[in-house]
Amino acid sequence: MSYALEINSLKKTYDNGFEALKGIDLTVEKGDFFALLGPNGAGKSTTIGILCSLVNKSSGSVKVMGYDIDHDFGMAKRHLGVVPQEFNFNQFEKTQNILINTAGYHGIPRAEATPRIEHYLKRLGLWDKRDNPSRALSGGMKRRLLIARALVHQPDLLILDEPTAGVDIELRRGMWDFLTEINNQGTTIILTTHYLEEAEALCRNVSIINHGEIIANSSTRDLLASLHTVTFVCDLAAPIDSVPVIDGYECALPDAMTLEVEVDKGQSLNEVFAALSAHQVSVISMRTKTNRLEELFVSMTSGDSK
Amino acid sequence: MSLANYEEKATDFGNPNWVAYQTIVRTEVRRFTRIWVQTMIPPAITMTLYFIIFGSLIGRRIGDMGGFDYMAYIVPGLIMMSVITNSYANVSSSFFGAKFGKFIEEMLVSPISNQTILLGYVTGGVARAVFVGIIVTILSLFFTHLAIHNILAVISITLLTAVLFSLLGFINGVYAKRFDDVSIVPTFVLTPLTYLGGVFFSIDLLPDFWAGVAQLNPILYVVNAFRFGILGVSDISLGWAYGILVSMTVVAYVIAVRLLANGAGVRS
Repeated sequence: MSYALEINSLKKTYDNGFEALKGIDLTVEKGDFFALLGPNGAGKSTTIGILCSLVNKSSGSVKVMGYDIDHDFGMAKRHLGVVPQEFNFNQFEKTQNILINTAGYHGIPRAEATPRIEHYLKRLGLWDKRDNPSRALSGGMKRRLLIARALVHQPDLLILDEPTAGVDIELRRGMWDFLTEINNQGTTIILTTHYLEEAEALCRNVSIINHGEIIANSSTRDLLASLHTVTFVCDLAAPIDSVPVIDGYECALPDAMTLEVEVDKGQSLNEVFAALSAHQVSVISMRTKTNRLEELFVSMTSGDSK
Repeated sequence: MSLANYEEKATDFGNPNWVAYQTIVRTEVRRFTRIWVQTMIPPAITMTLYFIIFGSLIGRRIGDMGGFDYMAYIVPGLIMMSVITNSYANVSSSFFGAKFGKFIEEMLVSPISNQTILLGYVTGGVARAVFVGIIVTILSLFFTHLAIHNILAVISITLLTAVLFSLLGFINGVYAKRFDDVSIVPTFVLTPLTYLGGVFFSIDLLPDFWAGVAQLNPILYVVNAFRFGILGVSDISLGWAYGILVSMTVVAYVIAVRLLANGAGVRS
């Protein structure tokens, strides 16, 4: 099996002694849409920094599309596109020039780069802003510019470090569609995000990193199947004074019109509704308290996995 | 147009480092020409004042130096002063600016070799030094007559000097953590060394001890070698000047490449 990304025993200890990565192993298959999740300071950005050579690793090996980043530096980078968290482009440069320069850094002459740049700027809704200095773009436009810049050399592996942070819902959905489109065309995508709904909706495989170690690594479906408890939030038709007692289920009443019920794996919602009906409690709508992946993430990274 | 239309990889376009080099140079030249009021005008005004005050007003009372009238004697040093300060300032401020704005990462994540990055910045510094050097030379013609004695020496010393001080500016940019760090060396090191480097006087005027100390100043060799190219006179041997300049350039280049390879100031 050839992988888009192959990380073996990767360690990073910063000069101040902080051990950001404690020897992680990770593989991402070609064509995958992969989520790398973890709380702040878990080691996600350090991992990405090492992949794109902004951070020097302490030990271990990394291969991008089969190319070792130490020995096939040029080829590894040629296949890698990175969308960073921060806006790391020249704020005084014109939008279009930023892409022309990036193409040039990847060895693509201006004449060949121009049609690609036009394509991406149009596809990401930035064509009208091509002659504007990048500092004049809105936050959402700057995010899209980062994506266009990462794609201009047609990488086979695209890494996005929280690409939709601070982006409104409509734009976020548009970005999801765009990322799904390029993934369907064969680009492997690795995503870090704090919006776990995003990872659940887009990614086929998930890895969770915490305190510099991989604590979960499997398909999104299998990972979600390991979730033992889901909390449902029921909106009630009429206020109630006390928490109804339902055998085998834990209930809470945050306010008189809202009932929360914890349902374990293997338990049935039918029993809950039957018991609520017996207590004369009428439910008009229901939703999960958080998305499922978020519940799992919180339970795993807080150290009280059920 | 679908993404599938763009199957070409960078390797299909010839030597990627050559394209990357051209891109860095174009970006650097566009940068200093875009802010020409900050980069071109100040040295032109400063040097014009030097020509008027030291050359015309004070120089008339000084008389000849080294067999030439004082104005003609100081012009080569002042041109070199412009070359030194502009090559140094261009690279140190541009590289530090790219670090500060984090857009240096655009290069670091791309497949460009460290030497290409360095050569691109150095070429940018040389380009600005040559631009400003030509402007100052043209201005000097309003004050004195310049008969070039050895054009090869003029060109080679100008380029060597610009390369050397671009490299030193790059090293400064690598280590700089604040904007102040970029101006400390020009203010407290380059300017005093330039004034003491024989721009305004011949070291023959110094007592033996201080003439010996002056020979530790690399700018002395730059100024005298360039003065030889213009006027045909020098306080030091031309071969010695080339030896010092080439040696310093090689050392500075090796240091700069090693700093980039280690990621000093740009990688954690």
